[in-house]
Formats: sequence, C-alpha cells, structure tokens
Amino acid sequence: MALLGHVCLVLALIVCGYGIAVSVYGARSGRAEFSLAGRRSVYALAGLLTAGMVLLEIAFVGNDFAFNAVADTSSRTTPLLYRLAALWSSQEGSLLLWAWLLSMWSSLVLFLTRKRLREVASYATAILLGFGGFFVGLMVFYANPFTTTNPVPAEGVGLDPLLRFPTMMIHPPMLYSGYTLCTIPLAFAMGALIARKVDGEWIAVVRRFALAAWLFLGMGILLGASWSFSELGWGGYWGWDAVENASLLPWLTGTAFLHSLMIQERRGMLKVWNVSLPLATGILAIMGTFMVRSGILDSIHAFGGATVGVPFLLLIAALLAGSIYLVVSRRAILASTHRLDSLLSREAIFLFNNLVLVGLAFVIFWGTWFPKISEALTGQAASVGPPWFDRYTVPLALILVLLSGIGPVIAWRRATPRGVLRNLLVPIAAALITLVVLIAAGVTQKPLAITMFCCAAFALGSVAQELWRGTRVRRGASGEAPPVALLALIRRNRRRYGGYIVHVGMAVLFVGVAASSSFQHVSQLRAFSPGQSTRVGAYTIHYVRPTAALTPHDDPTHTGSTLNVGAVLRVTKDGRYVTTLRPSEDFYESQEESQGSVGHLIGGQAVSSVGIDASLTRDIWSAIQPELETPRLKHIIEVGNKTIPFSRPDEGLFVIDFLAHEYLKHPPPAQFRLIVSPLIMWIWLGGLIVFAGGLLALSPSPGALRRRISRPASLELAREVKYRELRDLELDLATGKLSREDYEATNAALRLEALEILNQLESEPSTDASDPIDAPDHANPGSPASGRPNGRAGALPGLLEQDDGVSDEQDREEDSPAVEVALHE
Amino acid sequence: MNPARKRTVRLVVALSAAVLLASALIYTSFNASSPALTPSQLLREAQPGRSYQLTGTVVKGSVRHDGGVLHFSVADRANGTDAVPVAYTGIVPDPFKEGREIIVTVQKQGAGYTGEQNSLITKCPSKYTVAPPSEKQNA
Repeated sequence: MALLGHVCLVLALIVCGYGIAVSVYGARSGRAEFSLAGRRSVYALAGLLTAGMVLLEIAFVGNDFAFNAVADTSSRTTPLLYRLAALWSSQEGSLLLWAWLLSMWSSLVLFLTRKRLREVASYATAILLGFGGFFVGLMVFYANPFTTTNPVPAEGVGLDPLLRFPTMMIHPPMLYSGYTLCTIPLAFAMGALIARKVDGEWIAVVRRFALAAWLFLGMGILLGASWSFSELGWGGYWGWDAVENASLLPWLTGTAFLHSLMIQERRGMLKVWNVSLPLATGILAIMGTFMVRSGILDSIHAFGGATVGVPFLLLIAALLAGSIYLVVSRRAILASTHRLDSLLSREAIFLFNNLVLVGLAFVIFWGTWFPKISEALTGQAASVGPPWFDRYTVPLALILVLLSGIGPVIAWRRATPRGVLRNLLVPIAAALITLVVLIAAGVTQKPLAITMFCCAAFALGSVAQELWRGTRVRRGASGEAPPVALLALIRRNRRRYGGYIVHVGMAVLFVGVAASSSFQHVSQLRAFSPGQSTRVGAYTIHYVRPTAALTPHDDPTHTGSTLNVGAVLRVTKDGRYVTTLRPSEDFYESQEESQGSVGHLIGGQAVSSVGIDASLTRDIWSAIQPELETPRLKHIIEVGNKTIPFSRPDEGLFVIDFLAHEYLKHPPPAQFRLIVSPLIMWIWLGGLIVFAGGLLALSPSPGALRRRISRPASLELAREVKYRELRDLELDLATGKLSREDYEATNAALRLEALEILNQLESEPSTDASDPIDAPDHANPGSPASGRPNGRAGALPGLLEQDDGVSDEQDREEDSPAVEVALHE
Repeated sequence: MNPARKRTVRLVVALSAAVLLASALIYTSFNASSPALTPSQLLREAQPGRSYQLTGTVVKGSVRHDGGVLHFSVADRANGTDAVPVAYTGIVPDPFKEGREIIVTVQKQGAGYTGEQNSLITKCPSKYTVAPPSEKQNA
C-alpha cells in the first residue's frame, strides 16, 4: 500500500512535468490539442492525489502503524473521526492535503474555463501544475507521507489531544482550500500577463475563484478563532500569533482585489493594481504555508524540526521575481483606459478602501516578520506584542467599517456633494442615535469601542437604506408586496446585494469584537474551593461541587482521554439563577514509561474543556485547572506504580478510578479562569452573515449560466458590463444618488459606448451559430455587418427598453438595463 | 489648476502621507518591541525594568506551584546549563510541561525574573515532531 502511494506521488510528479511542458507549448504554438493535454494533466493529477489521499486515509482508519504518518499522529485510542483528521496534523499529510485541494480546485477552474481564454488558461495551467509539482516534489524528496517502519510499532503516539476538537475536521481543509484557491487568481493573472491579454476577461473568469478563496479563507480563520475560544484555556479568539496573521494577510489583499476588480470591469482602470493584488495574494498564501512549515517564526502553530524551509524560500523568491518582471515588462499594456472622474465617486471610495486594506496588510506583515527584520537590521531578534498591532489595526478597522457604509450610497463615476450628503443622512442619523443611546445607557468609557459601534451603525444604516430604496423602486414598478419585492431585488442582483450582506456581517462581527474586547470581565482564581463564591462582572459564580470520573469510551463524542476532572458552577445574577457551567480538564495518557504503570495513564497532556453559557448578549466562559499533585493523590499513584505491572492497564485504570473518588472526597482547591464577555456571539453571527452574503455573490445567475459559452467572448463581456453599468446608473438615479444632469451626461456617454460594442458584435462572424444569445434583438446573431452604424444609433434606446424585465423573471440578472429602465418609468 | 497638475499634487500628498505613516510604524515597532533572547543570553545581558522575550525549554523538575504563582526554570534548547528562574502568573497553556519549549515575556527583578501576566506560549509539542532518520525507512 505504501508502495502504491509512493508510485502515485512519483506519477503525479511526472504528470506535472509533462503538463507544464505541453501547456506552455500549447499556449505558444496556439495548438489547442496541447492545451487540452495540459488541462487533462491537471485532471490526472487530481486523480492521482485523490488516490493518495484515499490510501493514506485507509491506513489511518485501519491503524496501520507501519506508516510513520499513522504511527506519529494516530493511535488505537484515537476515535475514528479524529483518526481521519489526523492525516493533516502531520507535516507530510498536510502537504498532501494541500496538493490534493490544489489539484481539485484547479481542475474545477480549468473545467469551467475550458471554452474560454485558451491562451491565458494554458499558461495558468502550467503555473498551477508548477505549484502542484512543487508540493508533490516536497513530498517525494523531503516529507513523504508514505514512509514506513519495520518492525511495525504496536501502538501509535495518538493525535495531539489539543487537536481533538470537532473543528479539526473542517478548519484545516477550509483554510487550505482558501490558500490553494488564492493561487488560482495568481495563476490567471500571470497567464494574462504572459499572454499580454490583460483586458477584463481574465478578471471575469477569476472573480468567482477570488471570491471563493476569500470566503474559504475567511471562514477558516473564523473557525480557528472559535476553536481557540471554546477549547484553549485562555478565552481569547485572536492573539496576533504569527500563523494567524499569515492567514489574515492574503485575506486582506483578497478583499482589496474583490473591490478593485469591479473598477477594472467597469472603468478599465487600475490594471496594474489589479494584476498586482492577486499576485500578492497568491504569494502571501504561499508564504503563510511556508511559515507554518518552516517554523521560522515563533508560533504555537509552527511545525517543529521542519525540513522544507529552503525550497519554500526559493519558490517565494521565484514568484516574487516573476511577478515583478511580468508587471514591469507589461506596463505599457496595463495603462488605464479611463481616469478617475471625481474623488466623490464609488471608484474613489474603492481606491481608498484598497489603500486601507493594503495598509492594514502591511502593518500586520511588518509586525509578523518584525523578529526577522529586526534581526537582520540590528542583529538582535525582537518581537512586537498585541498592543502594537492593536494600535494600528483598530483605527484602520474603524475606517474600513466607515467606508463600507459610504461606498454603497455613492454613485459610480461622479456624485454630487449634495446628493452624497442626502444619501448619508440616514447612516449618519443611525450613528448619532447609537451614540446617544450608548451615552444615555451610561457607556462612556472605551471611546474606541463606542466609535466602532457608531461606525457599524453607520454601515448598517447605509445598507438598510439601500435595501429599502431598491425595494421601493421595484415595488413602484411591479406592485409586489414588500418582502417579495425585496427578495426579487436581491435575487436579481446577487453580486451587489451579496456584497452588501457581507458588509452587514462584517459590521456585526466588528461590533462583537469591539464589545467583547473592551467590556469583558476576567477573573483568575488561584485557589477556589467547593462552596466558595466569586463575582465576575454582574454575575455571582458559586463552586457547587467537583467532578472526577474515568472518561467513558463508549460515548461517541469522546476524545480518547483517560480521566476527566472538573467542577459544577452555579451562576446567578442578583440572586436569580442564570445557568450551570461544567468546565473540566481531560487528562490523556503518555508514552513515557518513567511515569510508572499508573502515572503514565494520566501523565500525558491535559486539555481544558471549557464550560460556556452562550447567548446573544453575553457569553459566560469558564475553565478549570484542577490540582492533582496533592500529597494524597500522588501517594495513590506511587503505590499503584509499585504494585501494578505495565501489562495490566485495566488495573491501572482501577487505580485512576480510585484516585477520582479520593479527589471527590477531599477536593483540593483548583485554579479557575472565569470570563464574562459581551456580544461574543455577534462575532460568529457576523461570520455566518458574511458567509451567506459570500455564497449569494458566488451563486451564478440563471441568465449567466445560459450565456457562458459565447461568441467573441470579450465583446460579449464588454456588452454585459456596459449593460450593467447602464442599469446601475438607472438605479442610482432612481434611488437619488445622482443628480438629473449627471445622469443624463453619463447616460448618453454610456449608450454611445454600448452602441459601439453592439456594432462590433454585429460585425463579428459567429463561431457557433447555435449559441443561445439572450437579447431578443439579436435574433439574427450570425448576420453579416450591417454597415450602417449611424443608422442604428437611434434604435438603441428602444432596443434597450424593448423587453419588459419585470415580467421576465428568470432571464436577466445583472446584464441588461431593461429592468431598471422599465422600473424607472 | 489643470487636471494633470491636480493629479500630481494628489499623488505627492498621498505618497508623503504613506511615507509618514510607514515611518511611524517602523519607529514604534523598534521602540515597542522586546528583544528575544535565549536563557544564556538573558543571564548575560538582562537589565532590570526591560522586557525580554525568553525562548527555551522548561527544566525538568523545576516546575512548582506556589499559591497561584508558577515557578519554573528555562534553559537553552540545546542542553543549556544556564537556567533562568521565572515566577509567572496568569494563563498556563494546556501543553505546558517540563521539557517543553516555551516563550515567555520576562523582566528581571532582583536575582529572579518575573513573567508578564498571560504571556506564556508553548510551542506545539508532539504535533509535527520529526522522527530521527534512523527510524525511517522508505517503502
């Protein structure tokens, strides 16, 4: 089996090399069959790595300790689900997971683009296979997951108890999906640069994957935060740890890219920026992977004794050099086709948001790498702590939340100051009301948190106003009931309203972060005994009784510990019962014989099991560190060690059971950590809202599916974008973002541009006459050039308003202005 | 002002703002940082009243609880004989054990060192340990 796995990897390496060669040749020579072979190599890679994953999982499930990976990270006492997850807890296994996810996502993107962007996609194929080859190469030459040992050990080390938490099943695959998806925009950006095709088309292809990368990465980060909060015994969710930061960096630049690509789509601006951001995002994702693998920075996540640092450094250096070379050498074709019309426009706000996001990424990058930077500059490694990070990230986060409220209410191209002010009245009122309410409620300390609450209210007010106005406009035309109109509005504009929902989620999340970090009460009790009470914030916590028992192993949720020692805490507020908390600590066995036949059964790691009472307004959090090293309990273990042989673990467990009873009879004081944290739940809720919004923005519109395969793709795309611009313009006028004069000027210009595109489309011969072209006015798509460009100018407005968008539900989402034109009248 | 000139002015303003912010960032990072030292370096160089980030392994047999204060000694990773005695209060991470590698922020106080509250970090132990090459044989 191990041999088979090894063969899979070697074959995968060969497939990568072959695929790179044929893809590059296919792209350079323009011979489609070679590009096809390149794409098929990616599918083959996905197949081989899937086989590798399955083989290794079989070994984990079957406790095949001949595999080093299994013996080092799993054991018979590790429950089944955690044995499955143990695959990615080792260096080797996690590399395999990375490569596998990369091959799967690459296959998906190449399958979806199989009829588009042939040249760019061929180069992208080569680059993606390059990443695949790199990771497979690492496994073959440095960290092979299929190495075996002889003689076969009888038992494995077991999965680190800290990792035995349900999130272990989804957090790493989510995060790795995010990381690997980050390489797809990078590959296509590089492909577009190499092929010198930097128009909007590659952006249109890559947008979904950039969004998916952003979504997966964000959810992975959030899952990690909630894992930290609900398992680790410190009660925090973010510690500015190097590896946490590393995952946040590509997320921030990815967020910037998702905004700036809209400017290129619509306005043909910021092309240099738009290729640089995905390049940076991809490189940061690789760097994040590198940081975990190399242990170069001190982090609780770092792999110890890792051997793969140097190849990673070489890869990052090559990527950086390649990116810089490509952007510099292609700067001529990256010139903008438009200029920024006004500082009061959505473009300008997006640009500002980009600067803030990149600035934030720079701050975090600097702080994270500071130990190395300082070592290089001063010869003395030094690190900056969380206060340093907070000092810069908090103001930047405030600005971001504020901008997320301003962006949606400002029109594209040009907005009038009066119009902007009028549109900001509701958000500003929301912020002011929040401020007044907070002050009236007596919340006057913590100015930064209060500012965040107001900024969040501002952003929420802005989105609420957008939804309200959009619904009203739609109702005016269709006469639908408000909820129906709202749903229809959102359904038809998934990108736009998905984005707004993400803004809502982020505002909610930041409220949770600000409230929980500024207004939490923490109590660290050194010696708390049964019967005692203490106050934390407004709550009184009473230590009712201790608990101690052998962990039942027939329980499906058990994590494989030996002994569980904890406490029952009763929480009251003003004398009224609130809840009962049951924090405990799980003791695991160790492999160290020096601890004795009984001692080793609980001599391994001790892991907190946190007792939480969660609610919308506050979480009451508790963790216990029981004291087992009392003379009495130590004596029991010593006697047990002397009388019971290692061969009888069942008798050892009997002694542990006796120890548990003794603990209950004479419970020694234990250490407790108690936290009352307001609005923590809002962080997770905000995350869910972000997730929903992201999914909405990701989901394809029914019309777009039909139109995917189109004739001159770039022209079709240009037409769709122009239609969307026109439609947005109508909506901007209808919702009062634009003055009548600005509307008319821009409208005339846009219609001329649209006409130009339509004329070009008419004159292009169709490559596939059977294509379903959506617009009814294109009933004859294959017709030769009309040759009367001027004659059609007058026909355009009618053409755009021809079909009634409101009754025509399924058809067009974002692409034709007809809907809003009709609505407007 | 003509548009080209206006753009130049904007660019200059934006760039100088960026440079200013970046310098503030860099300056404060050097100012607010605490040097990372190994136990033997710390014993040589520590001055009272300054924070240091100490990285090393917990000496076997040195861990002692004393009414909520955790006492332990930290020695160099590679079998150091110079042990730094640390008195620490606050959260003790689950994986903290004798022989484990830890990071803790300390200040010199008298002959001993006081750990900054809640600054103790353990490096992940069994996760990702690489087995000695002799134990590994390729398939």
